[in-house]
Amino acid sequence: MILFGSSFLVYNLAAYASDPLAELRLSTDDGARQQIISLTRSLNLDTPPPIRYFLWLRGVLGIFVGNLNLGMTREASTVQEELAYAIPVTIRLVLVATITAVLFGLALGIISALRQYSRFDYGMTFLAFLLYSLPIFWVAVLLKEFMAIQFNNFLSEPNIPIRWMVIFSIFTGIFWSSLFGGERKRFWSVFGGAFATSFVILWAIDLTDWYLTPGLGPILIGFLAVGIAFGVTAISTGLSNAAAKKAALTMAGLAVVWYYPAQWIFNNLASYFTIFILISLIVLSGLGLSRLYSKIDRGPIARTAIITGILSGFLILVDRIMQSWDDYRATDAVNGRPVPTYGQRKDQLVTEDFWLNNLDIIMHLILPTLALILISLAGWIRFTRGALLEVLNQDYIRTARAKGLNERVVVTRHAFRNMMLPLSSLFVGEFVGLVGGAVITERVFGWQGMGTLGIKAINSYDLNLLMGVNLLLSILVIFGNLLADLVYSALDPRIRLGK
Amino acid sequence: MKLFGRKEQATGEILAGGENAIANKEVEGLSQGQIVRRRFFHHRAAVIALITLGSLILFVMTSLDSKIGPIRIPGWWKWTVEDIPELRYEDCPGGTTGCPTLSLKPGSSFGLGTHPFGQDDIGRDYFALVMNGARRSLMIMFVIGAVAGFIGVVVGSISGFYGKKIDAVLMRLVDFIQTVPTIIIAAVIGKAAGKVGPLYLALFLGILGWTGLARLVRAQFLQLREMEFVDAARVAGASNLRIAFKHILPNAVGQIIVSVTLIMAGAILTETALSYLGFGVVAPDVSLGLLISQYESSFTTRPWLFWWPGFFIISIALCVNFIGDGLRDAFDPRQRRRITKKDREQAKLQVKAGE
Repeated sequence: MILFGSSFLVYNLAAYASDPLAELRLSTDDGARQQIISLTRSLNLDTPPPIRYFLWLRGVLGIFVGNLNLGMTREASTVQEELAYAIPVTIRLVLVATITAVLFGLALGIISALRQYSRFDYGMTFLAFLLYSLPIFWVAVLLKEFMAIQFNNFLSEPNIPIRWMVIFSIFTGIFWSSLFGGERKRFWSVFGGAFATSFVILWAIDLTDWYLTPGLGPILIGFLAVGIAFGVTAISTGLSNAAAKKAALTMAGLAVVWYYPAQWIFNNLASYFTIFILISLIVLSGLGLSRLYSKIDRGPIARTAIITGILSGFLILVDRIMQSWDDYRATDAVNGRPVPTYGQRKDQLVTEDFWLNNLDIIMHLILPTLALILISLAGWIRFTRGALLEVLNQDYIRTARAKGLNERVVVTRHAFRNMMLPLSSLFVGEFVGLVGGAVITERVFGWQGMGTLGIKAINSYDLNLLMGVNLLLSILVIFGNLLADLVYSALDPRIRLGK
Repeated sequence: MKLFGRKEQATGEILAGGENAIANKEVEGLSQGQIVRRRFFHHRAAVIALITLGSLILFVMTSLDSKIGPIRIPGWWKWTVEDIPELRYEDCPGGTTGCPTLSLKPGSSFGLGTHPFGQDDIGRDYFALVMNGARRSLMIMFVIGAVAGFIGVVVGSISGFYGKKIDAVLMRLVDFIQTVPTIIIAAVIGKAAGKVGPLYLALFLGILGWTGLARLVRAQFLQLREMEFVDAARVAGASNLRIAFKHILPNAVGQIIVSVTLIMAGAILTETALSYLGFGVVAPDVSLGLLISQYESSFTTRPWLFWWPGFFIISIALCVNFIGDGLRDAFDPRQRRRITKKDREQAKLQVKAGE
């Protein structure tokens, strides 16, 4: 009903606001007159817009009898074809950006709320406001210049000047020390540690020319996996749970043992299906480990082991993709400038190699995603911080603390879950909003998605195409709202729909 | 677990009921307006933002000639947008033209020079262009804020106050406008309205931007309508209008102001984005978004054409956001000022002095 009204409004507004034949009328060419006649016939331009709307609507309603007809574009292709090409492009961009932004935003927001009024909190608040105020097209141009053009130049003569190493290390030091907070002595010790670590890492990277032939290797993966095992256990069950710790560590060990077999599998059987099988294997072995180490309360142990396994497996996958980097740079299509500023694929890159193709997609995704993340990250930090602070002031949190639960349980079990209620419905809305909001990003980075299609439609006064894009976005908004309501009521037993 | 830490502090805060007393003591005997004002001026970032924005507006508005009806107020800047002075070639890097003369290095070159922000392709003074663009953007921002704020408050309060059928109809209207993707419809309107002038563009964008505020005001009204003081007013014989304006609206005004500032901060970004896409302010007119889009490709060679408009967009939006944040804190009754060590010691001293 609403859809009907809004599409009627937009159709007529757009129809009266624009004249698709204006340019042709000005032309004195004979061909132009021919074109006017043929366009008028194919687009029914001689019918007045309110009536023409119903002609269009009949085509749309054809979806119920399996015969959808959204009309023709000016270039005589059908609107369905254009949309079918554009949708996956936009979805890919927005989905990756939203998920990454949510993960980072949640993490930063939670820490910010737990450390309310700390240096970290003030820093994050300022960062969020700064990101709020950034025009995305401005950021996008900066990203293009510094992340792509300059970085590509840097790769042709790779060596990090000492000055940058020091500056970067100082920033890392400030980040970590403000994260841990504490008194002055603690601040400086954390700062020193983080500064030294990042300086050594950068120095090692510089010495080994790591960014030309990157990779993690089994030893580094081993260390990281053990670190992940401890981290996941600490958050998921607490380090005092010996069985969970053992299971997670075993999983980390398995990851190292599997490194070489995984290389073989990746080289010979590379496909999305293989990756799916490997993930299922990790889940199964996680379940198995929980049976091995514990007789009671297996759920949390299996959860810890599985998360550890998937994260370590992800490291191995990243390692494999990194190994293609050198080949990727060397291909003719890339020609030593691997960070692209334009388009969603390299058409010249013709290869059967699974890893090269994926690396190409990833490289094209990086900049637009980064731009979108920067813009939406601010909102997530603020939402999460606000929601968690709200929850932490509730009486049940006080009760939980009063009965002597440790802070980890209070935060993860009592606060986090309740905080996720309002955020979960926001997630849907944000995703839908970004699909419409990606217009500018798509335009700056030259992606052929929904936004570019919409702009093309407006610029060429292509009514059918515009209505196709508009219809799709409206449907997304309506279904998004519905989904948000359903998710909310499914998660929160206090809310009942339609009583 | 240090990761979750600060347990002692949290429990300490609960136990020390005395801190409530400290916070309450501060607002004793003050009217609502005084409390809000005092809280706002304690918010350091918001005050800095307010001062910055104020001086920015003053700076931008007085720099160029402005016309109010027949009266013409001359600006203090020597160039206008129409002037086309000679392009500067000397001491520009890499064979570019019209580089900025602004120099902060101490020495003979220190100072503004003839063209502090540089010149554009044909030699127009970029400072004048940016000032003109900032003016447009500020004007559009305030118009959108005013229009969207007005419609939002009116629709929201009618809907929340009367409820029932009127509410249902108005809320469907809100749904209806929300399903239309803003950027697309704004682009369609912008393309048509851009030729008419930036003022109309702002009006149209304002007409589209009120939905969120209307929902908020409606929710406030629904909640406040059931309060006892409204019943009391009704029993005392107050008319509907009086109840709405004198009793309910003042209670909702905090949220409204905050929401309007957020709309304004969003508006300046929407306007610049639309102008960037070519659907907002169009060519003979100048706006910050348009300037960026025109000189996007010259970033590598003449970056100043790109930095300055962006700098102004960010500073304006940032200031408005911070002011909004300060207002939110000031109006929120649950928000208390952070109790510092100094406060605690002072309270202790006072208690001792009392004994």
